[in-house]
Amino acid sequence: MTVTFEPITGRYMHLDLFGRHHRLYVEEAGNGTPLLCLHTAGADGRQYRALMNDARITRSHRVIAFDMPWHGKSSPPSGWHNEEYRLTSAQYTTMILEIMAALGLDRPILIGCSIGGRIALHLALEHPEAFRAIIGLQAGAHVDPYYDLKFLHRPDVHGGEVCAAVVSGLVGPDAPDDGRWETLWHYMQGGPGVFKGDLHFYKLDGDIRGRVARIDPSRCPLFLLSGEYDYSCTPEETLGVATSIPGCEVTIMKGLGHFPMSENPAEFLKHLLPALEKIGKT
Amino acid sequence: MLETLKARVNGDEALVRRGRYLTTTVLLEVGPNAWLIAISEGRIVSATPGPFVMPSWALALRASEAEWQKFWLSRPPPGSNDLMALIKRRELKAEGDIQIFMANLRYFKEALAKLRPEGALR
Repeated sequence: MTVTFEPITGRYMHLDLFGRHHRLYVEEAGNGTPLLCLHTAGADGRQYRALMNDARITRSHRVIAFDMPWHGKSSPPSGWHNEEYRLTSAQYTTMILEIMAALGLDRPILIGCSIGGRIALHLALEHPEAFRAIIGLQAGAHVDPYYDLKFLHRPDVHGGEVCAAVVSGLVGPDAPDDGRWETLWHYMQGGPGVFKGDLHFYKLDGDIRGRVARIDPSRCPLFLLSGEYDYSCTPEETLGVATSIPGCEVTIMKGLGHFPMSENPAEFLKHLLPALEKIGKT
Repeated sequence: MLETLKARVNGDEALVRRGRYLTTTVLLEVGPNAWLIAISEGRIVSATPGPFVMPSWALALRASEAEWQKFWLSRPPPGSNDLMALIKRRELKAEGDIQIFMANLRYFKEALAKLRPEGALR
């Protein structure tokens, strides 16, 4: 029997966030420039495992992904059982900066997808000095709700089934079955109400339309990469953001959807590697 | 085209199993043409073409013929590849008891995608 291990290490970090104790799961692989990865709403850091397993990235980057509180192997804080989880821009920003400090990351490259792409825009505006470069995947300034979010968390609809079914069409048509279904499995595994709580940030609290044009890529290079088949953050929305930010680099990725790094990593890396190379030269 | 729905859905054992708690009647409107689709424990019992005088249904799915034809292409263009994409563009209207639709969303997506050419996108 041949056994292989991936070069990924996972650890649990204890730290205080928003005045409460948290136990968070952090994975990493590689050495070099830190590359901090933010997962999508209702999922977890496993979405970045292809990056952590690709020597073209890990030979010069320390790739790090944490599961947000309530997600993946990170716990919700004590007292969660009587609370409704709702992510806000302020919490999300604080979380990222505190985790960077706790890990001792010096001006990492930030890569975030969907809600991670949205907060990447917030950070590009408010904390450009903290990052070497920012890569927003499926990053738009705003998404209007297009279905009744209450269906994501109610007892007569299975939460895992509905979360995966809501996002299943966001996977691009060229995704291999393994990538497609593992991406959806992560959604099926989310805790009750967690995807809905993340969408509070994505669809309500995190609207940055009025401020996005003030992002200055000369302070922190900004790359926007969006999949052609994403109907949540459409290519048009990403292009709209890019047009309002002179100096930002934008790529529409043919055939890809809303989860490029996990649905179809081989295709995604064709777009990501040149961006990382460019960042490496700055 | 809807005539093939029954055989294609009922021929997919995994899809029928996923729908095993679903027994309902759906009104499907393709532009001016309507069908009443009776589903029993995940199996399509009948797909009856209209017009109807007093149709009785729990859930209605309505879109133009052009939008459904794009959805049923072997490789639909962006924005036409999924029921939720059509809903986002306000081209598909889901009406009635939406709980039935959301609780069985994967079933409805995959059942209606059965009308794509063989071997097309799920």
